[in-house]
Amino acid sequence: MIATEIKVTPQVAAEHGLSADEYARVQKILGRDPNITELGIFSLMWSEHCSYKSSKVHLKRLPIKGPQVVQGPGENAGVVDIGGGWVAAFKIESHNHPSFVEPFQGAATGVGGILRDIFTMGARPIAVLDSLRFGPITEGAGATPEEVARNRRILDGVVRGIGFYGNCFGVPTVGGEVAFEPCYSANPLVNALALGVARRDELFFARARGEGNPVIYVGAKTGRDGIHGASLLASAEFTEESQQKRPNVQVGDPFLEKLLLEACLEAMHTGAVVAIQDMGAAGLTCSTCEMASRGATGIEIDLARVPQRETGMSPYEIMLSESQERMLLVAERGREEEVLRVFRKWELDAVVIGRVTSDGILRVLDHGRLAAEIPAHPLAEEGPVYSRPLAAPPRPAREESIVTFAPEGTDLTANLTKLLAAPAIASKRWIVQQYDHMVRTNTVVAPGAGDAALVRVKETGRGLALAVDGNGRWCHLDPRLGAMHAVAEAARNVACVGARPLAATNCLNFGNPEKPEIMWQFSQVIDGLSEACRALGVPITGGNVSFYNETLGRGIYPTPTVGVLGLLDDDSRALHMGFRASGDAILLLEGAGPATATPAASEMRREFSSSEYARTIHSLVAGSPPAMDLAAEKRLMEALAALAAERLLHSAHDLSDGGLAVALAESGFASFFATESLGADVALEGGEPAEWALFGERGARAIVTASQSALAAIRQFAAQYELGLRTLGTVAQGTFRIRFNGRDVVSSPVAALCASWTHSLERALAAR
Amino acid sequence: MKFGVVVFPGSNCDHDTHHALGALLRQPVEFIWHQSEDLAGCDAIILPGGFAYGDYLRTGAIARFSPVMRSVTKFAKSGGLVLGICNGFQVLLESGLLPGAVLRNAGLRFVCEHVYIRVEHADTAFTRAARPGQVLKIPIAHSDGNYFCDHATLRELERNGQILFRYVAPDGRDAPEWNPNGALANIAGIISREGNVAGLMPHPERAAESLLGSDDGLVILRSMVETLAGRERTPAVAERIPA
Repeated sequence: MIATEIKVTPQVAAEHGLSADEYARVQKILGRDPNITELGIFSLMWSEHCSYKSSKVHLKRLPIKGPQVVQGPGENAGVVDIGGGWVAAFKIESHNHPSFVEPFQGAATGVGGILRDIFTMGARPIAVLDSLRFGPITEGAGATPEEVARNRRILDGVVRGIGFYGNCFGVPTVGGEVAFEPCYSANPLVNALALGVARRDELFFARARGEGNPVIYVGAKTGRDGIHGASLLASAEFTEESQQKRPNVQVGDPFLEKLLLEACLEAMHTGAVVAIQDMGAAGLTCSTCEMASRGATGIEIDLARVPQRETGMSPYEIMLSESQERMLLVAERGREEEVLRVFRKWELDAVVIGRVTSDGILRVLDHGRLAAEIPAHPLAEEGPVYSRPLAAPPRPAREESIVTFAPEGTDLTANLTKLLAAPAIASKRWIVQQYDHMVRTNTVVAPGAGDAALVRVKETGRGLALAVDGNGRWCHLDPRLGAMHAVAEAARNVACVGARPLAATNCLNFGNPEKPEIMWQFSQVIDGLSEACRALGVPITGGNVSFYNETLGRGIYPTPTVGVLGLLDDDSRALHMGFRASGDAILLLEGAGPATATPAASEMRREFSSSEYARTIHSLVAGSPPAMDLAAEKRLMEALAALAAERLLHSAHDLSDGGLAVALAESGFASFFATESLGADVALEGGEPAEWALFGERGARAIVTASQSALAAIRQFAAQYELGLRTLGTVAQGTFRIRFNGRDVVSSPVAALCASWTHSLERALAAR
Repeated sequence: MKFGVVVFPGSNCDHDTHHALGALLRQPVEFIWHQSEDLAGCDAIILPGGFAYGDYLRTGAIARFSPVMRSVTKFAKSGGLVLGICNGFQVLLESGLLPGAVLRNAGLRFVCEHVYIRVEHADTAFTRAARPGQVLKIPIAHSDGNYFCDHATLRELERNGQILFRYVAPDGRDAPEWNPNGALANIAGIISREGNVAGLMPHPERAAESLLGSDDGLVILRSMVETLAGRERTPAVAERIPA
């Protein structure tokens, strides 16, 4: 126990992670020295995790406005209009460090935290997606056998944790992505995205209003778990002692959160709730001062009334605890009994612990004795802001090695087979079947069945598409271009299920911001995100920044993950990626237009060196990401939505990791209507190398299938949207064959390719 | 005719079941709170999927003591129709309204996927709308669905025709590799000896619309509707059920 009587000195402040300047600022705001509780509160609110002090100056550049945006960044989640009087609330957040220290609970509470952010807004969560990054889980991929074994354990724990929480809570985990790179061995990434829906006129905000209104604490009791989770765990690099931080990881109880969800939504319906905020990172501290600050009021609470799990907790501990499944709400004075009754029905603790005041002060009492007294607005909003130095990393002195294309006529079947087994590409069935992806009976496009997940909104008959993407390898090679690809791919994925991209949320995972090259990466990524979001018309409505993703000084690839939400006006028009019937025409749609020039040979080699193929086949990460044409991306997306609306297509799948050949194979494996996997019979022509044609990862392209009778209409659409359209061949039964300039370059029974793709992940993980 | 869907704290398929019965099959349906001993005059009770009381201690172990289960037990003993789905099945097993127990899945992991089950007896209150031997594509989502009972009980179940559904291959043949959880004798669902209480691990309410991948689950819910209609002897009911 930390005694309240500890004398605060600059030394103690430094131990709390406050710099000398920051401590001076605290003294100035208070007009005196803080006591230990106040210091703890400041250190939490001004931690990187809570204050965004290093990122704020850059985040301002992101586009956040649009006619569809109901609530931009700054609330618990972003909100967009989805028609019919309904809105969608969605947000992505990281839980990286806790998931490394304790994978199961770290991932579980990551899901729990983001779900609370959604239902705090009055929205019922209807979907979760996860973006995961781990070190290699196969040997020979840049990790030692010990690292591989540990990476598998982490992956296993994270997947179990996500399933444990979401399955019990009753929200479907409908999709996401997972990638493997050596840089994530000592710093995995767990980014969880949640989506909820509410009636537009029933949204709730975290703004404490009305002097004298009661402040009510609901949910789990407060314990000593998670103290300093945000300030120590999320805002510092890892060292060898980091395993000792396990007590800083919170423990999740999805059953309690399910009760909290139902009780909160029911309480909101009484009309007696004025404001509500969850107690996530920074717990009671954050929820009290932020609600007061946003509402331009003050809050006074007495900690003696806070339900406590253990005895003898000090004000410092109660204010800093990050115990999960707790909410703070403000009720209308005189109507508190209506609210309390709902929580009693759900057998949850609900206690009036204080009231809203008009003096702008966060006042914390302990049995009536003053324990902390801080102006709420400066605490919440006037934390330090840093314009940290930026410096581009030095270019490598010698020309890096880049790939050489295989000679014409080389049989690429073996390479395709190997690529399909690469963990980044292989079937994710082992993971997704551990998640309940169907509960709530809205999942129209399930994990693996389409480029994005699609959940319907029963009340409106519309569909919400969600995809989350981010390529750390590309951002490492070119942060700005890589970030643009993250946006473009997520939006393209949403378009491939037939939806129009509406808005985006982002999670920015980076190393130590005190290093100028990391801040340079961050700044570049913000520029790339901004440009792509502007061009594609998807404003960013919220998200989260995770710095200090470093262990022993080695940082991760800069890894922005971008979630894009799209709207489909009629859920029955959703597109799947699986081929439907043999004999269907396979077409390639190219946003760049009918006359796409082949790039120069040197450019092709540089680009190809950054591909999944180069990494898997040549063990090479080099060159630069594919060139980006945002106008082409936009044309393709608009055309896909129009084609889906007209029901002209049988399937759609974008070209991404592994290029055309992998996209064709995956579409066959995902056959939705056939009982066994379908293949393809495809003929390509061109002056470029076959490997480029088959495995190149240029964007703004998608393969679609349609019945032969629909081709004329599709051609008209392609012309109208100025798309390139190439007829590649037909869907086949049993065989997978690609000819290039008249010669077979890939030829295999579908079953052989499918076996390589299907069992790769489970084989790696069963070897644990 | 009225259906009641019980809501335990932690039930999470209650809304889905309500949607399938109400919005899709157009049957009167209401929620019944676990603290209530009043079944509100319902003619059939469904215990939905989820994690009743957090599945603490053991699945269904706490739920069986809730006030509503006293009434459900009485209702079942007097011949009322009771269906337990997934967690609801587990509650019925714990309550002793159906014999046997479920163990952790053989693979020791949560499994959510479409499975195929064969209707073993098409002459029951829960399967009368099915063809004998009909194969239904219905999803499962559970950690503990590995049905188990002792040898004598299994023999009795078989002798009395109480094994209602078995996991099978898509073409309907017996195939242990299509058993997703290791259940004894590939058992996916059973029925009481009296024929009025049934439970199964798969979720018929999730297979109620082809938009979501299958509507085979409607066969089970529609059978219950037909059974109740037969009890009411209302000849016009058949037309009210959408095809």
